[in-house]
Order: sequence, then C-alpha cells, then structure tokens
Amino acid sequence: MAAPPVISLSRVTKVYDAGRLSVHAVRGISLVIERGDYVAIMGSSGSGKTTLMNIIGCLDVATSGRYLLDGVDVRRLDDERLAAVRNRKIGFVFQSFNLIPRTTALHNVELPLIYAGQRGPERRRRASAALSTVGLGSRMHHLPSELSGGQQQRAAIARAIVTNPAIILADEPTGNLDSVSTQDVLGVFDQVNAEGRTVVLITHEPDVANHAKRVVQLRDGQVMEDVRQAPVDGLPPRHRARTQQGVA
Amino acid sequence: MFSTESLRIAVSGLIANRLRSALTMLGILIGVGAVIILVAVGNGSSRTVQKRIESLGTNTLTVFRGSFGRGRGGRAFVGTQSRQSQLSLGDVTALQNKANAPDVASASPVVNATVTATYQGASYSPQAFVGTAPTYFTARAFTVAEGRFFDQSDYDSRARVVVLGQTVVGQLFGTQDPVGATVQVNGVNFAVIGVTAKKGSNGPQDQDDVALAPLTTVQDHLTGVGSLNQILVQAASRKQTTAAQDEVTSLLLARHRIADPTQADFSVLNQATLLQTSAATNRVFTVLLGAVAAISLLVGGIGVMNIMLVTVTERTREIGIRKAIGARRRDILSQFLIEAVLLCVAGGVAGVGAGLAGSHFKIVGVHPAVVPYSVALAFGVAVAVGLFFGIYPANRAASLRPIDALRYE
Ligand SMILES: Nc1ncnc2c1ncn2[C@@H]1O[C@H](COP(=O)(O)OP(=O)(O)OP(=O)(O)O)[C@@H](O)[C@H]1O
Ligand SMILES: [Mg+2]
Repeated sequence: MAAPPVISLSRVTKVYDAGRLSVHAVRGISLVIERGDYVAIMGSSGSGKTTLMNIIGCLDVATSGRYLLDGVDVRRLDDERLAAVRNRKIGFVFQSFNLIPRTTALHNVELPLIYAGQRGPERRRRASAALSTVGLGSRMHHLPSELSGGQQQRAAIARAIVTNPAIILADEPTGNLDSVSTQDVLGVFDQVNAEGRTVVLITHEPDVANHAKRVVQLRDGQVMEDVRQAPVDGLPPRHRARTQQGVA
Repeated sequence: MFSTESLRIAVSGLIANRLRSALTMLGILIGVGAVIILVAVGNGSSRTVQKRIESLGTNTLTVFRGSFGRGRGGRAFVGTQSRQSQLSLGDVTALQNKANAPDVASASPVVNATVTATYQGASYSPQAFVGTAPTYFTARAFTVAEGRFFDQSDYDSRARVVVLGQTVVGQLFGTQDPVGATVQVNGVNFAVIGVTAKKGSNGPQDQDDVALAPLTTVQDHLTGVGSLNQILVQAASRKQTTAAQDEVTSLLLARHRIADPTQADFSVLNQATLLQTSAATNRVFTVLLGAVAAISLLVGGIGVMNIMLVTVTERTREIGIRKAIGARRRDILSQFLIEAVLLCVAGGVAGVGAGLAGSHFKIVGVHPAVVPYSVALAFGVAVAVGLFFGIYPANRAASLRPIDALRYE
C-alpha cells in the first residue's frame, strides 16, 4: 500500500460570519496533493485562495469537510500537536514576509528551531545554512528593516525551510517583489521542490505558475480547472541546476 | 517553558521599549521603596518611644496625686475632690517598709520646683528641677558622668548640693568644668557636686534638661514643706511590677482611708503597661503605614498589567507569526509572563535599593529602622504582583488564534 497523499481535502467549506450576512469563501473543495508535487493555485481576487491556504497550513479550520494531513485528520489534533505540525511539517511563507521586527534575519530563522527545542551551535549552523541556501549568507546579521523586499522574502523562506518541513506553503510570495527578486525566490522554490518537498504556492502571475508542475484554478471558492504541467516525480519544469546564483 | 531562550526574548522585548519599561518599573520601584521606608519609619518611631520609656526605668511605678486621666499631679483635679489630695513622706516611708510592700525595692519622694539657675551671669531654667532622695538615681537609671550624686548624708544634713544634667551644664557652664562650682538657684547658693551621663533627647522631652537636689534642701529653700508631687517606686524586678503596683495601691488607699478604689486621690502609673500600650499603638501605626505603601505597590502592579495589555495588543501580529511557525501556547504565555515578572523584579530590586538608601535619612523627626521582613515581603509581593497582573495579558496573548493574530492590523 502506498503512503497516503500528503494533503487530502474532501468537500472542504469555509463560511465567514461577517455580521448578518455570511461569506462562503470556500464552497466544497476536494483536492489531493501527492508528496513531491509543485502546485500553483490561481484565481481572481476573492476566490478563496488565501482561505484555502490557511486551512492547509493549519492556521485556520474548515467549517465543514475533511482535511487529512499525511493521512491524519487535523480536527483530531489538539493545540499542542497543531503547534508541532506548524513547526515541523509545514513551512509557511506570507505575502507580506512577516519577519519579526527588531530581530536579526538569523534569529528570525532560528525561531522555528527554538520552538522545536533545539539549542546550541547546531541550531545556529542550521539557521545559517538555510540562509545560505536562499543566498542571504552575508546578510544574516541584518535586521528586517535593513533588508530589501526580496531579501526579506528570502529570509522568510529560509525560516520556512529551516526545520526541513515536508510541505512549503506560500501565499503570493512574489506579490510584492520585482522581476529579479521574483526569479531569485522562485529559484529557491524550484530547488526545494527538486529536493523532494511538496510546494504549494498562490500566484496571480502566469510566469510564476509556469514554474509549477500543476496549476489549480479557483473561482468563487470552487476548483474550476486542474492542469498538470509536469509529472509529480520529475524535476520542476523551470529548474536549473543550482549555480551560485543570487548571492546578494 | 522557562528557558534562557524565553528569557532572552522577554529581555529584548523590554529593551525595545526602554522608556515605557522604565516608567512601569518606576511604579513598582516606588511601591517597594515606600513599603520599606514607611515600615522602617513606623518601626523607628516605635523604637524611639520604647527607648524613651525605657530610659525612665522599666520597672518603675509613678504615684501621682489625683486621679490619672483627669490631670496629672492633681493640677486639673475636679469633681469629688473635697479633701486636699496629698502624698506625704509618711507614704514614702510606708512604701519602703518591706513588710508592707515586699515587691518594692525603693520609694523616692519627688517634688518639682520651678527655678532659674544662674552662674556668672548665665541664667537658665531647667525643664525639671527635682527634689528627691538618693534612691531616685538608681530608679531612673541615671549614671555619673563626673563628680558624684548626693547621698543619704547630704539628704539628712540638708546639704545645698545639686547634680546637673548635661543640657543644664551646657547652658550655664559652656565648656567649663561645673563640678565644684556654685550656682544660684532662685538666689540660693548650691554647690554642683556631679553631672549625670547623657541620656539623649528622645522626642520632645530632653532627659538631660534636669537638675537634682536633696528633697530636704529643696523644701527648706525653694518649695516649702507641702505635698510631694510624685512618689517614684522601683519594683524589685521587672516581673514584680504588677505585684508592686497592687501593694502600693492598697497601702496608699489604706493610709488615705479610702474604701472605694474608684475614689482614690492618687494614681499609679505603671511604666511596663505604658510600654505595652505604646508598643500596641505603634504596631497599628506601622501596619497602617505599610498598608498605605502596599496600595501604592498595588497601583504599580496595575500599571504593569496596563502596559502588558498594550504590549500584547501591539505585538498581536508578532504573536501570530510566532504561532504560525510553531510556538505553543505556553511559549507565548511564558514569554509575556517573564516579561511582566522581569519588570517587577527589576523594579523591585531598584525599590529595595531606594528603600534601603532612603531609610538612612531622618524622616519627620524619626530615624527609620529597616525591618528585614519588610524588604523580603515587599520584594516578594512585587514578584507576585508581576505574576498576578502578568497572567491575564499573557494568557490573552497565548489564547489568540494564529489566523486572528496574523490578520490583526
Ligand atoms: N476574516 C474574514 N471575515 C469575513 N470574510 C472574509 C474573511 N477573510 C476573507 N473573507 C472573504 O472570503 C472571500 C475569500 O477571501 P480570500 O482572502 O480567501 O481571497 P483570495 O483568493 O486570497 O483573494 P486575493 O487574491 O485578493 O488575496 C472574500 O470574499 C473575502 O471577502
Ligand atoms: Mg489572498
């Protein structure tokens, strides 16, 4: 028997109660994502992409439907276990970077390891290795306010991958970046996916979606289209063998 | 999770808002400092009063004319007074009789004279000019600084000798040696034979502003023979003062032919009772001062809570980020709790320093005496305040759902 899919959603809905009227942000989405896949979620504004991503990332819970993460129903997990899942299984990258202010890039990247209970020089080594992976090795003692947008986003990605999570989730990671920074960031995602990790990202840009192996189109909280661009177990379509690119 | 990590996070949180942290600490500092200083003031004043009373002699009883509470020495005597209230030398002799009063060690007659003493142009009116017997010195715990005290033969021979307290010496003689000199007391020559050792001026009453002469001499030359103002009775020991008081009372009632003790024409003041009463009063005083200070500590605590709530609100987004990358409830809880407790510990340490430093100064005429337990208590309460007032904001932060915290603007 094969391992269960890493993400399995069936008839998931999310209803927001905004005063008297309720908003159906997600209306019954069923989606299965295999280990090693690279999925781009697209759709117009308000189509429920972020809502779906927050559910997948265990930051929010679905109103109804079932979500199995590695075969485990997340509803069964208590606070403590959910924190562990967010810490070790999932790496989340936000559109607005969300680095902790007044805290160096290195310390930001160390945080997930701190919450994982790791201490000492090994923690520091792993954090700086993650920063080198995203090409920020020389900037790790800088504060977020001293970094460019692209650098901040790469620091945020370093923080997402530092615990070696099986899944990387990114909500419009390139939404606030110029084309050069976008290429840097996508290079990192391609690399991470090439290492066998599952990547799900939200984007509005077809160029970005072209990096993925599969593109899912949402509209009005439902899946409109689900197109595979490359096989799950191959390399990402735009992957280039990693040279020392983007060391800023 | 109390680790160096959460401590570091909390410290950097405090440093990020230096001024605000310092002001919040100030609230705790003032509270802790106030508790220490005010309790020290209460304790200091209690000690002062106690010392003052002890310097009167702790195992002594003072017999006054008239009823105590209606005025001392019969001066403000009103009501049922039909007979002249008298304390006589006969009373003194009766009290000295061991068969009548076994618990009495000595009884000294006391008359007070209002006099002006002059010496080579300098003149001075001592607060107390006492005519008494030699036993008075031991009962009042006077010691010789210079010369000698008058003795029984001076008393019997009605010698015109006087013993001066340090204040009187200073006023009349300055730096000269008084022993052997002759002073005029209301125009009568007295030879100065001794000086009492300094007793200190505790409070309003200067115990060294005194001159003492034999009762016989004083009655001959200054007051005339009349009633004594007081009889100073010394009990055989501190434990025997109550028994001595009973003996004195019943003996004098019998001698004055008074059947009903409530109609007594004299009153007996027990120094030990006075001490106990004043100790009790001072305890109340100290507790009240402490309570006032404790309120300021409470106010400081509310300040901590207020600031922590602001901090939590300000950092809601940060809390969301931390939760999104795997912080558990207790990680967030301990981060903010440690921050609150740190504020209070720092404020408490500074407050203890300020309190100890402040206790070196004389405050409203009292030398504060620091009570060790008040330091420990104030500091302990400060830390407890941090925990108590930190728990609510910290818990509020820890209970935030990650998605709500991240969405917070
Ligand atoms: N907290 C909320 N309370 C009420 N309604 C919400 C909330 N969050 C989102 N919505 C609504 O749910 C719908 C889906 O929102 P969502 O953020 O998932 O859209 P999106 O696809 O991410 O859009 P965009 O591309 O603009 O980011 C929208 O109509 C939005 O107004
Ligand atoms: Mg969105």
